[in-house]
Amino acid sequence: MIITMAHGSGGAATSELIDEIFAKAFDNDVLNEMEDSAVVPGSGRIAVTTDSFVVTPLEYPGGNIGRLAVCGTVNDLLMRGATPKYLTCGYIIQEGTDSELLKRVATAMAETAAEAGVKIVAGDTKVIEGNGGIMINTAGVGFVPDGVDISATKIAPGDVILVSGNLGDHHATILGSRMNITNSIESDNAPLNEMVMALLDNGIDVHCLRDVTRGGLATVLKELSDSSKVTITLEEESLPLNPAVRDFCGLLGLDPLYMGNEGKMIAAVPKDQAEAALALIRKAKYGEAAVLVGEVTEGVDGHGDLLVRTAIGGIRQLDVLQGEGLPRIC
Amino acid sequence: MELQTYIEYLKNYDGPEVTFMEVCGSHTAAIAKSGIARVISPKIHLVSGPGCPVCVSPSGYVDRLIALAKEPETTVCTFGDLLRIPGTEYSLNEAKGQGASVEMVYSPMDVIALAKEHPDHTYVFGAVGFETTVPVYTVLLDEMLREHITNIRLLTALKVMPPVIGWLCDNGAHIDGFIAPGHVSVITGSKHFEALSRQYGIPFAVTGFSPKELVLGIYGLLRMWEQKEELRQQGDSLTKNFYPSVVTTEGNTIAQAKVEQYFEPGPAVWRGMGEIADSGLYLRPEYAAYDAGSRGLDEDHKINKACRCDQVLMGKISSYDCPLFGKVCTPLSPQGACMVSSEGSCYQRYLNR
Repeated sequence: MIITMAHGSGGAATSELIDEIFAKAFDNDVLNEMEDSAVVPGSGRIAVTTDSFVVTPLEYPGGNIGRLAVCGTVNDLLMRGATPKYLTCGYIIQEGTDSELLKRVATAMAETAAEAGVKIVAGDTKVIEGNGGIMINTAGVGFVPDGVDISATKIAPGDVILVSGNLGDHHATILGSRMNITNSIESDNAPLNEMVMALLDNGIDVHCLRDVTRGGLATVLKELSDSSKVTITLEEESLPLNPAVRDFCGLLGLDPLYMGNEGKMIAAVPKDQAEAALALIRKAKYGEAAVLVGEVTEGVDGHGDLLVRTAIGGIRQLDVLQGEGLPRIC
Repeated sequence: MELQTYIEYLKNYDGPEVTFMEVCGSHTAAIAKSGIARVISPKIHLVSGPGCPVCVSPSGYVDRLIALAKEPETTVCTFGDLLRIPGTEYSLNEAKGQGASVEMVYSPMDVIALAKEHPDHTYVFGAVGFETTVPVYTVLLDEMLREHITNIRLLTALKVMPPVIGWLCDNGAHIDGFIAPGHVSVITGSKHFEALSRQYGIPFAVTGFSPKELVLGIYGLLRMWEQKEELRQQGDSLTKNFYPSVVTTEGNTIAQAKVEQYFEPGPAVWRGMGEIADSGLYLRPEYAAYDAGSRGLDEDHKINKACRCDQVLMGKISSYDCPLFGKVCTPLSPQGACMVSSEGSCYQRYLNR
C-alpha cells in the first residue's frame, strides 16, 4: 500500500492506517482506549521532554527513524536521572510512503519502547504532500526518584568525565549511507536505561549525565563546561573510536569530536568513584567500551573551557560546533 | 631518531626567529588540531598561507554562481564550504534562502545522476580546488563525454600552487620555509616545488597530516633552513619529501595527463591578492561548451573594509592581529574568506585558540 493524501483525511483511510500499522505495533491498554488523551498513573517529580526526528535516510545500518525516535527521547529523560515511563508519538508522513516501510518503522519503535520500558500512550498521524518521507515527534514522561539531582550545572572540580563508548558512530553511518559508501559502520542508536540505572542504583554520586548527540562530544562538553563554569581537559589518546569510523573521518576530513551519536553518554562523577562507575557502565548493555576521557578543574575567571591534550603534548582549545555539521542526522 | 627527539629539538630551538608557512588547508586544520604551535619553540612561527581553495575564490566568482542559480531551469551544485563564502551582497546559502536553486553535493559525480534524471534542467557545478581536486573534475568530464550528457556546465575557480608561492616571495611575505602541501604533491610530485626552492633559496618540506608527520616535516624544514648555505654550496636540493609513503618525485602522471587534456593555464584572481599570472586552470577551448563562463571573473569586493584576510593569507599578520577577528568576524558570520571554510586559517585559529 502506498500512503496517499486520503490517509490523512481523518476518514476511513486514516482509520485503516492507524488500525493496520500503529495500533498493531504499539498495542497496549492505554492506547487501545483510543480516547482523545491518555490518562495514566504517576506522581512525584515528573520529567518531560520532546524531540522531533527528520533523519534521512529513514533506514540505515543499525536502525531506523522509529528506533531513533524512541532512543532520543528516552535518553533525554534518563539524562536527568528520570525513569522513563510514557511516550507520545506524532507521525508526519509524506504521500508516496510505502506502508511496508511505515510498518518497519513502527515495529522498530515498538520494540525499542519495550526495550526501554516505556509505553506509547498517545499518538497522531498526519499526511502531507511530498515524496515518501516520514518525520516523527515524540514526547516523553519519566519520574525522578527522590534524592536524584543530576544537572548540567553540577560538574565540579575533581570530577572525571566518562564516555560510555565509541564516538561518532551514528553520524558516520548516516553520512556513509548518504554518500553510498559501503562499510562496516553501524549506528549506535540505543536506549541507555541499563547503564544509567546501574549508576543510580549503586550509589554513584552522579553529578551530570548528557547524551552525546548532535554537535558531538566537543559541543556537549563545551556547553557543560560553560554551564558548570569549570575547565574540562580531555586526553586525545584516550578518546574511544571504532577504527572504521576513525578512517572514515580521516578520508573525509571530519573531526570525530564533532560527530554525533545516538546511544552514548558522558557521565561526570567524583574521581574516587571513577573506577566503580566505569565498571558499572561497562557491565551494562551498550557500555562495554566505556572509558575515562578527561578531568575537571576549576574554571578560569568564572567561565568554562574545554581543552584537549594532544598526542604530541600540545593543548587544543575547543569550542562548540560552528555552523552545520551535517544536516538531518536525527 | 625517535619522535620525542624531534619534538625536543623543536622545543629547544634557540636560533634566529624563523617563519614557516603552510599552504594547504588540510595542513592548517591538522596543525591547529595537533596543538604543535604550543609545543615548539616560540622562535618558530607557523603561519597559514593561501591554502584553502574556497577562501581564495574572489567575490566575482561567488556572484556569478548566484546569478546562475537564479536563472530558470538551472541549479548550482557544489560542496558545502562554498555555500557560505560571501559574495558582493550574499553568499550562496543566503541566495538559496531567497529562492535561488542551489544544491549541496558530496561528490561531483552526484551531478551525473541529477543531470540524467532531469535532462531539460541545467546543472552548474561550482568547481573550486587546487591540483589535488582538479583530477576529480576530469573524471566528471570523462563521464559526461562518455554518457553524452550535455546539461552539465562547470564554473571553475581552479588554481595551482607554484605561481602563488612565487608571488608571495616576490611581494614581501617574509617566509623562511614552506610546508609544501601533501595532497597536492601526491598528484604533482615533489618536483613541483623544486624550481621555487632553487629560485628563492627557500626550503620546501613535503609532509603529511598526522601529528607525527607534521613534527617530522617541521623538523626537516628547520634543519634545511639551518644548513641552507652548505646544501646550496653542495648543489643539494632544498626540497625534501618527508611523505614518501604516498608522494613520489614525479607524482601521479596519469592524473597529470588528464588535467593537461582538459585544462590550460591562465591568469586568476586570488581573493585579497589580485591577479596572478598562470595561477588558474581553465577548460580548453575545445571544451568551451561545458564552461559556464569561468574566465574574467575578476571582481573582488571586501565585504568589510577593516577585513585583513589579504595580509593573513600572505602570512604578514596573524589572525589575532585583525581587528575583526573573533568580534564581528566569527565562523557564524564570516566577514572575510579566511573565516569561511573549516580549512581557513582564521576559522581554525578561532576554533583552536
